[in-house]
Amino acid sequence: MSEALLNRLKTLFPKDRLLHNEAQVLPYESDGLTAFRSKPLAVVLPETQEEIIETVKLCYQYDVPFVARGSGTSLSGGSMPIADGVVIALNRMNRILHYDAAERIAVVEPGVINLYVSKKAVVDGLYYAPDPSSGPVCTIGGNVAFNSGGAHCLKYGMTSNHVLGLKVVLPDGEVAELGGESLEMVGPDLTGMFCGSEGLFGIALEVSLRLLPKPEVFKTILAAYHSLADAGQAVADVVASGLLPGAMEIMDRLAMDAAEAAVKAGYPAAAQGLLIVELEGPVEEVEAEFPKLMKVIEASGTYEVRVAKNEAERMKIWKGRKGAFSAVGRLSPDYVVQDGVVPRTKLGEALREIERLSKNYGLRVANVFHAGDGNLHPLILYNGKVEGEFERAEELAGDILKLCVDLGGAVTGEHGIGVEKLAYLPYMYSDDDMDLMRYLRKSVDDKEIANRGKMLPSNKAPALTMHGAHPLEKQGIAYRE
Amino acid sequence: MTNYQDQLATLRESIKTNSTLKVKGGGTKTALSAAANLDLGGLSGVLEYDPQEYTLTALAGTPLKEIESLLLEHGQYMPFDPVLVDAGSTLGGAIASGLSGPGRYRYGGIRDFLLGIQFFAGTSKLHKGGAKVIKNASGFDLPKLMVGSLGRFGVLTEATLKVFPKPEVFTTMQLEVGSLGGALELVKKLATSSFELSCLDFSSEGKLFLRFGGLKEASQARLKRIQDFLGLESEVVTDAADNAFWQGAREFAFVPEGFDLVKIPLTLSKINALEPQLDTSYLRRYSVGGNVLYLALPQDANKIGLSSLLQEHKLSGLALTGSWASPYLGKPLDEVFAKRLLAVLDKDEKLN
Repeated sequence: MSEALLNRLKTLFPKDRLLHNEAQVLPYESDGLTAFRSKPLAVVLPETQEEIIETVKLCYQYDVPFVARGSGTSLSGGSMPIADGVVIALNRMNRILHYDAAERIAVVEPGVINLYVSKKAVVDGLYYAPDPSSGPVCTIGGNVAFNSGGAHCLKYGMTSNHVLGLKVVLPDGEVAELGGESLEMVGPDLTGMFCGSEGLFGIALEVSLRLLPKPEVFKTILAAYHSLADAGQAVADVVASGLLPGAMEIMDRLAMDAAEAAVKAGYPAAAQGLLIVELEGPVEEVEAEFPKLMKVIEASGTYEVRVAKNEAERMKIWKGRKGAFSAVGRLSPDYVVQDGVVPRTKLGEALREIERLSKNYGLRVANVFHAGDGNLHPLILYNGKVEGEFERAEELAGDILKLCVDLGGAVTGEHGIGVEKLAYLPYMYSDDDMDLMRYLRKSVDDKEIANRGKMLPSNKAPALTMHGAHPLEKQGIAYRE
Repeated sequence: MTNYQDQLATLRESIKTNSTLKVKGGGTKTALSAAANLDLGGLSGVLEYDPQEYTLTALAGTPLKEIESLLLEHGQYMPFDPVLVDAGSTLGGAIASGLSGPGRYRYGGIRDFLLGIQFFAGTSKLHKGGAKVIKNASGFDLPKLMVGSLGRFGVLTEATLKVFPKPEVFTTMQLEVGSLGGALELVKKLATSSFELSCLDFSSEGKLFLRFGGLKEASQARLKRIQDFLGLESEVVTDAADNAFWQGAREFAFVPEGFDLVKIPLTLSKINALEPQLDTSYLRRYSVGGNVLYLALPQDANKIGLSSLLQEHKLSGLALTGSWASPYLGKPLDEVFAKRLLAVLDKDEKLN
């Protein structure tokens, strides 16, 4: 079957755009979730929509699973290949098809880099709001599939809130047009339903993005606290004041150490909790908001406040924050990052519990999080060479996700379920809800070939048993380094 | 909450036993609720609201007026700017009809503020979708699917909204540009400006309505800068007059007795071509920076003709009030994806 598909793909793609020998496919075996690898049958590099559609049709015909891949930055293993399946790498589908500043719209191909959209729009004073930390490399197609977030979700929402329309190919090759180019619509919000479906509903061929006017000015402050809890309380105080900052971010000492080691962010050396708050908007508005913010912050027990005096200082503050994940690599040979969400008022409780779990497991946990929207990013540090430490780290990660759900939150705010959190989605939803999602998937994709093995655990049994080998490892379709 | 549980049980029974189900909330959009056989008006009440969370959960039949008043007590509001609130529109009705007001120009529509839902599928099973937190990417985004669906995918019982602190003051400027073309030019100019307008509406006669919100001490300076940018005389209103003006817009006060209302999503580039072909008896109001046209037409107007005209322009419309063969006008919806979802959520084809 696979051989027959490969032969058909050879007629569709020239040699340099169909990779199938071991050395060629090796770079595609993993994504941002580096602990797992899986070997695909082939990688194709389409340059047109027709090539994508034809590939999907062939996969359907030969019953071979496929995954679309952008830059492979998924932190949940969303773009990891399906063993012996096809990787449809969309990096060459990187054209902006239509751009209209007056309409505030950009229609792009899925392989366009997130940050490139804002670069294109900047001359007209516009930008594309969703800003995942991987923005300089990740693609819009991946953002759509995983409904990516970023630091500004409280105020501006996630990717789906900025996608107006989609042209998609469904898993059997049928093409559908969802939404349009207007901010308003008639009919169900199918665009929104497609966003965040983790590739299970097919592949986006064209994406209509809403652009926003770039905020006129930013005012970014950094406040240092002697405890993480005080930083958390300051967020509650800002919210209570009626201000609506563009972003509110918190880092703990360990995360600051990592940022220091990596980018010399110059964060206050004695701080146990660091709060970044950014106001943005028309100049007069921000000038009026700033003293109100300072009053709240100064009354919040901070021992040092810094205000970014210029764009360079602002970027330095953000560089440390945005680079914190990769920077943690300097403190520990390995780490896993989690992505649970808690109601904002439960942040303090969640952090205390994470600290307790960290001590119990004997593993260090660095905390970086989007405090404005309650999205935690605990980074669990471990050494993969020490027997059993990876398993302990995963178990701790699982406990944190369950904690988030128990506090009324969600298992993922922006990274998605992928393969990484397969065991935990059922902790958040009932059996009936999980079945409904499975039925919907099956109705859209009767052969279950689109990103098979992601988001939805294949049956109920493996749920909540992430101890030891991953469900995919047990099934022999993924392996670790 | 026993009462609520009883209501859910009754509702489940209705879904099980009826072969067709059409849900009604406040009944404010007569074109959508005509011949409804399931009234959700009794399923009413706010379940959870903590102003610190910026989230609110209420039963589907809760009047938006009640939600609006509760939020206002805590200085908060629904930024998607719900319509027909005074007329009695409910939370579930706002979601199912997918309607947002002029204020959605700044932060987004109801689709952007709906976080979580509870609903009965056509199978009569009760499901949850999304979550009650600001940010969530766990599983399929079923809340979005319900927006604008007219109840085709399920019967909503609860919904969680994201809410925001309400700006301290709003300021509205009214300009006479003199022609639609002139108004469109200004709208285009404003689209790339950084004034952060809350609303940007205009009429086909070339009247422009701008609104911005924020702190009181900043409003005069912001106003002056926008006036300088536009270079035109403008009438400025704040406080009660500002509020009354936009309340009128949200309640569609421009629609006279004997006229039916239609919503037509579009883009600026479509307006010039469509406008001259609309019957002169049709009243028009462009909202959300030219992303939607609300059209009021006499009850005896040629409704089939309007539908054909929209189709020619590759536009779709939704009838909101009056009597229509189908509320969908113009270009038919692409049902390819929807049909596959309906096969699960409404396999017995009983919902709307």
